[in-house]
Amino acid sequence: MGSTGAGIIVAKRHFVNARRCSLVLLPLLLVLACRGGEPEARPDGEPAAARHATTITTPRVLEGLPVGPPDVTGRPTVAPCGTCHEAGEARALPADAAGIGGPHVGLELHHGAIECASCHAADDRSALHLASGATIPMTDALRLCAQCHGPQYRDYRHGAHGGMRGYWDLSRGPRERNHCVACHDPHAPAFGQFEPVSGPRDRFTVDAEPHGAPHE
Amino acid sequence: MSEDISRRRMLKAAGATLGAAAFARAVAPLAQFTESTNMEEFLTQHYRELGPEDKTRLIARLEEDTLRKYGAEVTIRDFLPQENVQFGYALNLSVCIGCRRCADACHQENNHDRRTNQSYIRVLEMEQGSMDMERGTMHYDHAVPAEGKFYMPVQCQQCENPPCTHVCPVEATWQESDGIVVVDYNWCIGCRYCEAACPYHARRFNWSAPEIPAEEINPDQGLLSNRIRPQGVVEKCTFCLHRTRDGRLPACLEACPTGARVFGNMLDPDSEIRWVLANKRVFVLKEELGTRPRFYYFFDT
Ligand code: HEC
Ligand code: HEC
Ligand code: HEC
Ligand code: HEC
Repeated sequence: MGSTGAGIIVAKRHFVNARRCSLVLLPLLLVLACRGGEPEARPDGEPAAARHATTITTPRVLEGLPVGPPDVTGRPTVAPCGTCHEAGEARALPADAAGIGGPHVGLELHHGAIECASCHAADDRSALHLASGATIPMTDALRLCAQCHGPQYRDYRHGAHGGMRGYWDLSRGPRERNHCVACHDPHAPAFGQFEPVSGPRDRFTVDAEPHGAPHE
Repeated sequence: MSEDISRRRMLKAAGATLGAAAFARAVAPLAQFTESTNMEEFLTQHYRELGPEDKTRLIARLEEDTLRKYGAEVTIRDFLPQENVQFGYALNLSVCIGCRRCADACHQENNHDRRTNQSYIRVLEMEQGSMDMERGTMHYDHAVPAEGKFYMPVQCQQCENPPCTHVCPVEATWQESDGIVVVDYNWCIGCRYCEAACPYHARRFNWSAPEIPAEEINPDQGLLSNRIRPQGVVEKCTFCLHRTRDGRLPACLEACPTGARVFGNMLDPDSEIRWVLANKRVFVLKEELGTRPRFYYFFDT
């Protein structure tokens, strides 16, 4: 079985791929952030060994609309948004999700009181926009989340939100981070409920476990 | 140290005072253990007295045993603590949803018994508003997180002042320089004092030899961690020392789908764990006992 390393797909949206079966996502690796700059001194005063990179796994949904089952490499087939939407499309964004057509039927928005236009660029369906008005590609969605969720983004940058895989010691090996969108659907970001995996079946643990008032 | 570590002397003394029958009962797990193992294994020295060649021989024998008993080829290594490293672990209770994937990852990684679905982690379902782990339950079976509940995974807290090591009559368990409390499975006599002494219910006793299909055995093994334990000994979480002493993250952290777990070197001021300690209001379980855990909990506020 080997390591439980990169093979494990932690993304919430992989949990739910039964519900949205078009979303059988396998992450595509994209190097977004490295702890670059000057090598940092280690606590023992030794010069730091070369530091390995931290990469953020970009979910395939940021590359386009999932349109088919995974190919032989396990990556879902996606159609870039531009396949059907030309950049410069003059049509205004809808005010809400009601009645959205085409392959997007059924999309719902449950994200605070924000609107489609809070995130999507007005004239390019393949792009998002920041509060400054600057247009950014879909694949940069993390910057969009960050601007409205400062505390979580700060925690994320310090490894205290969003999880990781690989090495705690970057002088020995690389690290992989999850993208916000891998765990939170931008349209309905609440994490949701899941069935737990089964617990211990050890008859002895029944005695050994902390005695609790039964919760009903 | 070598003077104190005398399992055989202890057993002899016990035998002398208890009488043969009572002694046999008292060490029943050990008796079973010796029946199923050869004399050479029984006479293995304490881990801390093994020279490099002894270790090589011991490891070769354990690897052979695993092949013979389980049909699996494994590599056992002796991972030593790194200098200037003290491990710390923190868990965000605002984010944990109680899905037990950490416990499951531990089960796989550490070659636990399949029948009992054993794991070093117990996830407790807790009533919101209560922080008393003794009031939590690990027997829940419904979609999580449930309304009004929160979830608290508990594993070995790698205490700085571990009550479990102090009570071991044969010094088969001790704390290493990086903070990890380990068990010498060849030295443990299975008396379970340590298990009783642990306020966090973090130790497990091997009532029988673990059953694991060959193809499910994790072949990357540590001498003091996830190598398959014999019957009749106590075991516990080692923060996956076979991974973490190699610079890697623990299996339970990697498996967490919510990103609730933070691990790292407490001596490195730039580490994630140090950031959490400095910026979150962390607390430890049963602080009043003075055990000084290296496992911290926090809520996002
Ligand atoms: C297979 C073709 C196809 C692809 C690929 C596609 N769309 Fe669409 N999209 C449509 C159609 C058709 C509509 C509905 C137009 C209507 O209702 O009149 C639509 C509507 C929309 C709308 C609502 C506003 C509007 O123009 O009516 C948004 C926003 C949108 N798409 C975004 C995207 C994004 C973002 C992607 C890439 C992730 C994408 N689409 C990929 C076909 C597509
Ligand atoms: C919080 C920012 C945000 C808001 C608000 C938002 N979107 Fe999106 N949308 C995204 C991002 C990011 C993607 C990229 C693909 C993904 O993660 O699903 C996306 C993808 C899409 C897609 C294509 C893929 C899919 O999920 O079907 C459509 C269509 C779409 N949005 C329509 C809308 C409409 C219509 C609204 C308003 C009702 C809206 N979006 C509101 C961020 C947002
Ligand atoms: C334009 C500002 C804005 C952007 C951009 C934005 N959000 Fe939000 N988000 C909000 C607001 C407002 C709320 C509701 C906060 C509340 O109810 O307290 C919210 C709530 C959330 C929640 C909590 C949901 C719940 O129901 O508990 C999550 C998770 C979240 N956002 C994730 C994201 C992610 C991921 C992105 C990037 C794809 C993102 N947000 C982009 C404004 C934004
Ligand atoms: C590994 C999965 C994961 C990743 C990656 C992740 N989050 Fe979260 N996030 C969670 C969980 C779990 C919660 C807590 C459950 C909930 O509130 O729905 C949460 C909660 C939140 C909340 C709500 C906080 C509150 O108090 O209500 C926001 C906002 C949020 N995350 C934003 C982000 C942003 C922004 C990113 C990317 C920088 C991100 N998350 C990355 C899993 C993740």
